[in-house]
Amino acid sequence: MTRLFAFWVSHRAEFVSLLAQHVTLVAVSTLAAVAIGIPLGIFAARRPRLSAPIVGLANVVQTIPSLAMFGFLLPVPLVGGIGARAAIVVLILYGLLPIVRTTITGLVSIDASIREAGVAMGMTPRELLRLVELPLALPSIAGGVRVAAVVGVGSATIAAAIGAGGLGEYIYRGLSMVDSTVILAGAVPAALLALVVDAGLLWVERQLSARRRTASRRAAVAAAVVVLLMLPLAAFGGRSRGAIVVGSKNFTEQVILGELLAQTIERDTGLGVQRRLNLGGTLICDRALLTGDVDVYVEYTGTALTAVFHQPAKTDARAVFDDVRDQYARTGRTLLPPLGFDNTFAILVRGSDARAKNLRTIDDAVREAPGWRAGFGYEFLERPDGYPGLASAYGLRFAAAPRVMDLALSYRALASGQVDLIAGDATAGLIRALDLVQLEDTRHYFPPYDAAPVARAATLLKYPQIRIALERLAGRVTAADMRSLNYAADVEHRDVPQIVAEFLKSK
Amino acid sequence: MPSVEFRGVSFARAGGQRVLDRFDLIVETGEVFALVGRSGAGKTTLLKLVNRLLLPDEGAVVVEGRDTREWEPIRLRRRVGYVLQEVGLFPHMTVAGNVGVVPRLEGWPPERTATRVGELLELIGLDRDRFAARWPDELSGGQRQRVGVARALAVDPPILLMDEPFGALDPITRTELHDEFRRIQGRLRKTVMIVTHDMREAFALADRIGVLDAGRLIALDTPQALSGSADPRVRDLLAGAATPALLTDPR
Repeated sequence: MTRLFAFWVSHRAEFVSLLAQHVTLVAVSTLAAVAIGIPLGIFAARRPRLSAPIVGLANVVQTIPSLAMFGFLLPVPLVGGIGARAAIVVLILYGLLPIVRTTITGLVSIDASIREAGVAMGMTPRELLRLVELPLALPSIAGGVRVAAVVGVGSATIAAAIGAGGLGEYIYRGLSMVDSTVILAGAVPAALLALVVDAGLLWVERQLSARRRTASRRAAVAAAVVVLLMLPLAAFGGRSRGAIVVGSKNFTEQVILGELLAQTIERDTGLGVQRRLNLGGTLICDRALLTGDVDVYVEYTGTALTAVFHQPAKTDARAVFDDVRDQYARTGRTLLPPLGFDNTFAILVRGSDARAKNLRTIDDAVREAPGWRAGFGYEFLERPDGYPGLASAYGLRFAAAPRVMDLALSYRALASGQVDLIAGDATAGLIRALDLVQLEDTRHYFPPYDAAPVARAATLLKYPQIRIALERLAGRVTAADMRSLNYAADVEHRDVPQIVAEFLKSK
Repeated sequence: MPSVEFRGVSFARAGGQRVLDRFDLIVETGEVFALVGRSGAGKTTLLKLVNRLLLPDEGAVVVEGRDTREWEPIRLRRRVGYVLQEVGLFPHMTVAGNVGVVPRLEGWPPERTATRVGELLELIGLDRDRFAARWPDELSGGQRQRVGVARALAVDPPILLMDEPFGALDPITRTELHDEFRRIQGRLRKTVMIVTHDMREAFALADRIGVLDAGRLIALDTPQALSGSADPRVRDLLAGAATPALLTDPR
């Protein structure tokens, strides 16, 4: 608990801005869902034959896992891409169902004689809607809006995966650092926010359904709504927008490298930098670079070859680099010189096992594997240069199908004995901290994974000083440097910007 | 000029069931006309044809000299007050709000609406200070029905349609409201069309009574004349209702 409060105190500026982003995401998307959902519900309630398909469609949309939804939307122009806009689109889609459904319910449950009285009195359809139907359906609709907003608070944590910010940022950061304090720093306020939103909207709902509305009470509700709307606007107003967008994937090393690029650009060129760190994976970073949502991030040559360009793995580091650089060049992107370390996959076992069974190479592990369980991140399980190839190259078989787990969590799962073998990053700081041993890839199965910045060619053309600054980093980050940077972040729980600043000063 | 005229009107329900068959009727300005018939005889349909909630399949309904097809429906409905069987007060509006609905639709200034609401509440015998701010569910059945009448009269429409207006009330309240109705009608002289299945109610309120059976009028006369009818179908309806005191009500 004290660590949690200490974290909030030391990160208060960032915390406030993430909280404001979160509220903004939810408020904007809920308002838009209201603006779309209520007319849609009215339309559907008027045409009973259409209401079933409309509600059905909204139902289907809601069953799509939010990460998958972000994936679908990535390549879509205007609404897709990364950042707050795409996140808001996804949150709107999720918010629609409860609002459409409660609007329909509220309207169709109005007593027929009341509606008939309105028509017989000479109300136009519009007057009937405004004076009779909507006021009577309002309590039901308000309930739907409340559900949409509360669900939105939860779903918005996932928005951090596409760089939309919000409290999910801490959750992802905490997951990649395996630091429960950081996870809680995002999760606890998100849960509290959900409760506050729920209680606040419940209050509004009660005020609306309580018919003894006096002018002052109505004014109070209006004031509360206005304050809620102003809050995110104020948050938006205070945010500065940088010219150059630096991205990173969602694990510690990537966040460190993203920060390294950002600080280097800031220091050497004086340009403003916006950090879009912790993006949800290679695919998202690559698409973001293509669409221009991100200007530069650090990619690994082997990953680019196999995961981005879908080519068979190669073992010669120079050849891989040249190949990847050419392919990037053809798609309007520039691969800059490597930073100096190779973050290949590391097949890891516990130090105690390695010593007791004398394990040094992956071949040694194949011997023991039939009695072992393995745990892999989903990317490793899926990638052509990941588990399927490894298993056939070495004839590796385990007692059961490998467990899918978060890459960052798999180190601890190995150390605590839940699994016996994992595929980690060769530069992971946790390898040393948790007494893990990397087995040698004697058959050279894994292609080289030299870390190198990849940037939009257009950006480098416009700001040649960025190229000069980033080329200065070439060969400056050794594997040992990277491991100790990772160690400082993952194990010592030190702040990434500070670690990077010290590292740059020492060079 | 007759206020409402049915000229050879036929009408079938959505299912094809014929409720009116070449129906003719003339309702004179200022009279109270009661239409009596069994449940399902098409009485409500008849009223809805007057304010164009329904249009006839054949023939024409003429209101104030103009075919309802030619009336702009909104204008027509605001000239024809309608009191529903279930009253249909708006539950989210106070008594004053309900009574003032049509004046507000007509764009009256708020002070004029408020004055008119006060007049109407006094007319129907509800104290404006006590009742104006009440909600419909705080009223008794009789009070609710009175508010329904006030609402229908709000912009002083020349024609008033009443669909089983006192059907759901206990006998004492009903008698009370009958008296009240006669008092009000004595002052306002509206053209009133009441439909009811209760011959007693028709006798208590109407200047003329029509008896509807199988889509046609089988009798049309003053209460006194009707009570002497020899038609067995009319006698059936009378037998269910007749008490000598009512039949000889001098009024």
